[in-house]
Amino acid sequence: MAMQAEEIERLIKEGLPGAEVTIQDLRGDGDHYSAQVISTEFEGKSRVQQHQLVYQALQGRMGNELHALQLQTSAP
Amino acid sequence: MSDNPVYDRIQGEIDSNSVVLFMKGNPMFPQCGFSAAIAQALTVMEVKFKGVDVLADEDIRNGIKEFSSWPTIPQLYVKGEFVGGCDIVREMHESGELKKLLDEKGVEYAS
Repeated sequence: MAMQAEEIERLIKEGLPGAEVTIQDLRGDGDHYSAQVISTEFEGKSRVQQHQLVYQALQGRMGNELHALQLQTSAP
Repeated sequence: MSDNPVYDRIQGEIDSNSVVLFMKGNPMFPQCGFSAAIAQALTVMEVKFKGVDVLADEDIRNGIKEFSSWPTIPQLYVKGEFVGGCDIVREMHESGELKKLLDEKGVEYAS
């Protein structure tokens, strides 16, 4: 039940229009990714809120199809 | 907040312990690398914390995700405040922010 990197990127960009998204497949197994997300939406928000926005964009896949996504978020 | 009875139990844990880690396994025997990483960081800092094993309680395992609006385990609470999951806590630990937060909140250390 793995997810493709392109699919993760697409969902994040859909939820956070204009975001800069860099996905890395950490183990090459399609199951452990890291994502760096830079979005103007993050301005003035706590790290918890920033990560919650990304999780919202992933529409419930995090913790299900998507087992591990190491997140790094920041405002531009 | 909601009529979900498990929320009261979760809130009870958070109210009665300064530092609570919702984790897979327990601090001595973590069952997941992410949970182990945070438990170890807290142990190294000699922070007194309560580990709540979500694998032992399916209601809490599912409930905590909605409770915190956070889809993954582990989750760290300090004095009633949700601090974050593995990535955030690790980042804060490495930058020294976690220690600062614990000090500011007046958390007890093991003597």
